[in-house]
Formats: sequence, C-alpha cells, structure tokens
Amino acid sequence: MSAVPLLSVEDLSVEFRTRHGVVRALERVGFSIARGETVGIVGESGSGKSVTAFTVLGLLPPAGRVTSGRAVFGGLDLLTASAGQLLEYRGRELSMIFQSPRTALNPIRPVGKQIADVLERHANLPRARRRDRVLELLARVQIPDPERRYHAYPFELSGGMCQRVMIALAVACSPALLIADEPTTGLDVTTQAGILDLLGDLSRTAGMATIMITHDLAVVAERCDRIVVMHAGHVVEQAPARTLFARPRHPYTARLLASTPRAGAKLADLTPIPGAVPDLRGETTPCRYRTRCERAAAVCDRPPLPREVVAPGHVVACARPL
Amino acid sequence: MSALLRHGRYVLGENPVTAVAFGLFVVLILLALVGPSLAPHDPLASDTVRKLEPPSARYWFGTDQVGRDILSRVLVATRLDLAISLSAVTLSFVVGSVLGASAGFFGGWTDRIVTRVTDTIMAFPLFVLAMAIVAALGNTLANIVYATAIINLPFYARMARAEVNVRREAGFVEAARLSGNGSARILTVHVFPNCLPPMMVQASLNLGWAILNAAGLSFIGLGVRPPTPEWGIMVAEGAAFIVSGEWWIALFPGLALMLAVFCFNLLGDGLRDLIDPRRRT
Repeated sequence: MSAVPLLSVEDLSVEFRTRHGVVRALERVGFSIARGETVGIVGESGSGKSVTAFTVLGLLPPAGRVTSGRAVFGGLDLLTASAGQLLEYRGRELSMIFQSPRTALNPIRPVGKQIADVLERHANLPRARRRDRVLELLARVQIPDPERRYHAYPFELSGGMCQRVMIALAVACSPALLIADEPTTGLDVTTQAGILDLLGDLSRTAGMATIMITHDLAVVAERCDRIVVMHAGHVVEQAPARTLFARPRHPYTARLLASTPRAGAKLADLTPIPGAVPDLRGETTPCRYRTRCERAAAVCDRPPLPREVVAPGHVVACARPL
Repeated sequence: MSALLRHGRYVLGENPVTAVAFGLFVVLILLALVGPSLAPHDPLASDTVRKLEPPSARYWFGTDQVGRDILSRVLVATRLDLAISLSAVTLSFVVGSVLGASAGFFGGWTDRIVTRVTDTIMAFPLFVLAMAIVAALGNTLANIVYATAIINLPFYARMARAEVNVRREAGFVEAARLSGNGSARILTVHVFPNCLPPMMVQASLNLGWAILNAAGLSFIGLGVRPPTPEWGIMVAEGAAFIVSGEWWIALFPGLALMLAVFCFNLLGDGLRDLIDPRRRT
C-alpha cells in the first residue's frame, strides 16, 4: 500500500430524513484505497454499501444529507467540491458500474453512441477517432462483432453483454477509480467469472483502483486485496483479504463467513446470522450489532464504539473482539 | 438513414392501418401543396345562375348558395386547415415540451409555476377560452393559431412533465450524470428522447383536434372569414341548407374534415412505432 491513498473516506456520516424520522444510514465510515488496489465492501442488504458509493460520487438523493466527514480524492474533497469540479472528475477520474446494466443504459440510444458520448465529454479525440476507440473498447470487453454491436440498442443485447457495455463505458476514459456496485448480480456464473477477470485485468494493466461492492464473499475472497465489512451503516472490520478470511475478529464477520456456502458443506453446516439489520431510525446503540451478537455484554453499551487496530491494516470496531 | 427507411417500410408493411393512415396523410399533404392548381373552378367566383346545383359531372360536389364550386373550395381549403393545425400543434408541442420537461426534471419552483399555469388554462372550458383569445386579440390567422396552441399547451406540458418525472431517477440518468453530463445535456439527450413516443401519439391525436377547433372557431364566425374557403365555414354555411334538401354543401367539407381527423388519429400509433427503436425487431 502506498503512503498517499487515492481515495480516503474519513468519518463519513450520512442521514436520510424520512417520514418516520431520521435514519442514520452511515455513521463514521472510514476506509481508504490506494492506486491499483481492489477493495471489496461486503455486508447484508441495507448495510450502507451502495449509499457509501453514491455519497462518494455525489449522487445522494435529495432526502440524504452528509452530516460529517470527508472523501478526499487526489487532494479534492468530493463532498464539498463544486458541481463543476465534480462534472470534470466524473467519468474521467471516477466512474461506476451499476447494479442493473439494463436500466443503466439509455434504452433508445445505440450502445456505441453512449460510449462515444463519454469520450466526447472527456477525451480529446477527433470525431473520426472516437468511433475507432469505441470499437476498441467493445473488443476489449470481449463483445463479439463490435462493428455490429455499435449500432445495437440495449434491449437487443443479453444481460451479460449489457454489463460489458457498462464496463466499456465506465473505463472508456481510463478512470483512476472504478466503483463496481454488484457488478455480477443476476449474471450466470460463467459470465460472472468473465466480467470479474476483465475488471481484474483492467486494474492490473491500467493501474485502476477498484471498489467492489457485493454480498458475494466468494467473489471478494478471490478478487480483492482488502475487504471492508459493513453492518448497519458501520464499518465493523477491515483487513487484508487473506487475514480476514483466516482470522476474522469481529463477531459479525465471523458469522458472515460461517453462513457462506462452501463446496462440500451441507445445509446444516451453514449457520444463519440471527435477527435482521436493525432499525436505524432515531437513537441507536453504540454498536449496532449488539442485539444480534452472542458476545454482547454491558461494555458494548458504553459509547463510543471502539476502533481497535489489531494488526497492521486490520481494524475492528468491537469492544469484545474474537 | 437507410436503416430508417427500411424500418419505415417494415412498420407500414406490418400494420396496414398505419399504411392507410400514412397514405391518407401523404394525399392530404399533396392536396395542401398542389390543391389550388387542381381546382377545376375559381373557388371564389360566384355564379348566381348556377347556385345550389346538386353534384353533377360539371360540379362534382355541387355548388353552394352563391354558385361557387364546392369541390374547388374543399381542395383549396386543405392548405389553410392543415397549416393552421400543424403550426398550432407544433407550437404547443415545442413550448409544452420545454415547459413540462423542465418542470418534471428540475421540480421545485419551476414545477410549481408550470403546473399552476397549466392548471389555470385547463380550468376554462377550452373552446370558450379559444373564442375569448381570438375575440380579444383580433380575428386574424395568427391569432387562431395562437389560441389553438394555447388551449393545447397543458396537454403537452402535463404529459412531458409526467414522462420526464418517472425517468428523472432512472439508472441511465444516474449513469449519465456519473459520466460527467450536466443537467441540460441529460435532459435533452437522455431523458426527453425517451418520452417522445407517447408525446408523438398525443401530437397526432391533437392534430385532428386542432383542425376541429379551427373549424369550430370559423363555424361560429370567429376565425377565418368568408369568403375564404375553409372547411369549418363551409360546414357552417351549408348547415342552413340541409333542412331544405341541399345536403351537399355541408357534407363534402364535413367529409374532408372527418377524413383529416381520422387520418391523424390513426397516424399516432404508426408514428410511435417509427420513432421507438424498441419496436424495431
């Protein structure tokens, strides 16, 4: 890991004002990512993975509000940057792959044109070269017959192909940071592997940092350098991938690993995590896992939530780590 | 371009009703362009000796109360009627889309103002509003177009607002924002084109309605003035003679009016099929 991270998120808190009170969707979330690194953010649905990504990119819906924190990217705090600055960064330095490729592509614009749009916006390419570059990108994401697909509409492509187009679109300007929000959800396993290989390849060859948001632990185990585990808007543990899988320190992480199917395991061997992601409206306990945790004790109710560095690069937010 | 032509052929072949509507539309446009030179008689020349003659070989559609040839008048009127409705619909389509789309996309004050204005317009009985506008501004062709455009405006504004609103937070809008597009570009390149298919159907239905509206204004004496040939006036003039058995004076311009409205109504579906790439299979 280099000394100066590419993106460092510090102390990020986000709340949503809803009809039923204020929801503290993120509380003091912090992590960082270095150039060329792949970081996985894992957690249950509703743990704040996507909100983190959207906040960093400045796409928080109007009901959401950043109450504290910074997200420094290349010396610029993305949370306080002006709209104009963000427009310059988005697409060129920062980009994102969305959960559902079908809805993330404009349904009535040929996919080649959509990629060309990004190049037109950010890359200083003459019109004639732009088309060649799009074909090059399509070929690079292994879309067969790019010449023909250039004119295809999203509805004419399969889900996997749409996802590849999305990737081509996201990496068109060789961004420094790519956020992949569930890049392989809803794709079959072979396509999934192909897409992950592609992403890995891009980050190796172009030095692109990747944040991979997923709830598929198998994917992060295999593809990520470091893993950030989120639960109910908290980062409960972060560690290098190998360490996290070998020796999880947070009870939640341990449970999460135990509930993941492995080859050879029987259904009975899988242990579900009791309870559900807690209701985040109003006041919450310092540790939001407390109600579900078998190791909970009186010390867990004492604020603030501890943040213990148990090994270099391994941080656990638990008063009674394993 | 050739792809578009091929697609056009496909849509027409696939749907005979659309083909009929487009055929009729082409005929109407041709008549509007060359109608005056096709007219066998001078549409304004009266001949009191030959007044109220029923349809015959010399006067296919008969003559009216001052002996003018009805066929010639119906033909010549095509241009005026189409021009009024097309320009009124274009005007309300453009203005309504811009207002409605920005209201739907930006929300807030833009939305509140646009919605209130359209609500206010819709609060009036629309034809009465058109009458009032023409009566107040003066009885000219331009004012008829404006009046028709104004009373149609709310439909486009509301539709554009609704269509844009549901797409405002669509995935592809976020994606476009993430590739560094500003709001104006997102709205014009990504959101609005997606709203076009239903808007086109509305526009085409509206064309028929605009023609009826213009004819209606002329019918009650606001609008195009006699002796200018116009379908509405002709129907109005002929209406008095139906009781005494001279049915042809009102029938033929009425038939022309009906055909035009019919054609525009059928055109809507076809237009949507043409501009929506999802129909290109």
